[in-house]
Amino acid sequence: MKFTDVVVIGGGPAGMSAALAAAETGVRVTIMDRWSELGGQLIKQTHRFFGSERERAGTRGIEIVDILRKQIMENPRIEVKVNTDVLGIYSDRVISYEEGDRYGHMTAEKIIISTGAAEKMLQFENNDLPGVYGAGAVQTLMNVYGIQPGQKVLMIGAGNIGLIVTYQLLQAGVNVVAIVEAAPRIGGYKVHASKVRRMGVPIYTKTTVKAALGDTHVTGAVLCDMDDRFQLVPGTEREVEVDTICLSVGLAPLSELISHTGAKMHYIPQLGGFVPERNENLETTAPGVYVAGDVSCIEEATAAMIEGSIAGLSAAIATGMNRPDVLKKRDEWIEQLNILRSGKTGQKIRDGLALMAKEG
Amino acid sequence: MSGTLDSTGIASREMFEKLLPSAQRRAKGPYVVMECYEEIPCNPCSTSCAFHAVKMEALNKCPGVDYDACTGCGSCVSRCPGLACFVINETVGDGKIDITIPYEMLPVPQKGDIVDALGRDGFVVGKAEIVRVLSGPKMDHTNVITMRVDASLLYDARSIRV
Repeated sequence: MKFTDVVVIGGGPAGMSAALAAAETGVRVTIMDRWSELGGQLIKQTHRFFGSERERAGTRGIEIVDILRKQIMENPRIEVKVNTDVLGIYSDRVISYEEGDRYGHMTAEKIIISTGAAEKMLQFENNDLPGVYGAGAVQTLMNVYGIQPGQKVLMIGAGNIGLIVTYQLLQAGVNVVAIVEAAPRIGGYKVHASKVRRMGVPIYTKTTVKAALGDTHVTGAVLCDMDDRFQLVPGTEREVEVDTICLSVGLAPLSELISHTGAKMHYIPQLGGFVPERNENLETTAPGVYVAGDVSCIEEATAAMIEGSIAGLSAAIATGMNRPDVLKKRDEWIEQLNILRSGKTGQKIRDGLALMAKEG
Repeated sequence: MSGTLDSTGIASREMFEKLLPSAQRRAKGPYVVMECYEEIPCNPCSTSCAFHAVKMEALNKCPGVDYDACTGCGSCVSRCPGLACFVINETVGDGKIDITIPYEMLPVPQKGDIVDALGRDGFVVGKAEIVRVLSGPKMDHTNVITMRVDASLLYDARSIRV
């Protein structure tokens, strides 16, 4: 059986950063991703990233992915397996996978799981009509393949993803009729909200979509007010004419593979759902299994990349690369992550982590 | 933070006016207004300023501008990930002012074009003459456009329709 020092499962921002951080210490790394190229969701992020300069703030996601891919390709200690689905992880850290049409398995001294998250679905009448999309799919169509998903879009959800994808739709020449948000407040950064407002997109808070209209495809939507307890307000229904309904109503960690390892899981709403218990070094309760990125906590790509660096260094340190310079670097990233999360927007994450620590 | 911005995405006139420098400074020449009202983890405005005019207490604080140091050069306009930096020049005369905005839409306007000036809600608030267009590789697709509008649009005009 093939053996390597560290296997990273999932090649998005967290996984790529983890592979690089581990390999730079001298260990051998295999990074696996189910898509045909590394990058994960970064390949669609045409906007400039927030954060500090050290975390490449001000640089667009699509440019960051090029930088990370190049560094990985140039690193002889990193093996890349794309088109690879990981099927299972066994207790002795045997990983079984399907690479293209070939079944394979390998063992690793340490495993980093960075499988990201999946979009949540919203329940409403006719939500299976063609023309109802997840925001991720809309981004893929536009920003990867250059295809407009429709001409008149209704966006559901005013979190950062809803606001950013709205802006990208406008850039692609698509009319966004409105953004509706069930909560009384805009969830995303207000600078993103202001960007789409001054391009003429209204944001209706305390509003949701009650039904999609159309027989064979979306021709409209029924909007409805919501009260403070997130209940529909009868009699407030009104129709809008759209050909696309785009859902951005949150993400859920893709933590199934972590469950394979026997790591202790917690249900922490603030972190996005079922997430693994882990320490500051991002090691789970399953020995030798680390996590990074959205799979352990729904956040944004900058945090995912920092977590990747921490997990990569931690895995390498645990294989014996516990040199002072490596330990110092990990401390710096941990400090950096704490700084990133120290503000108002990090409150939810801090609450979630505190809740997990309390549950123990 | 204002409840209005939270639920509408639009900063009030009062919030904007609090950012403005002294009347003396405004009469001197161009200056930046950083319409970054929410504390988010971000600092490229500060690290990109060649004049060290943007002070940030911490990564998660809002930027503060040292208006003695700010020259209104506009380098932050294309660097701000939130597209929240605008340069205002009230010394144009003739009842006009220049507002410099970040612009990432196509087509990019040309110098001399007369376009619609859009307000914070995207409605037309007046006419704008495009007086400068910066769109080099350094801008990386965040074009820096200067529009000349009626001085009365100081708070309102924040975008254009080409």
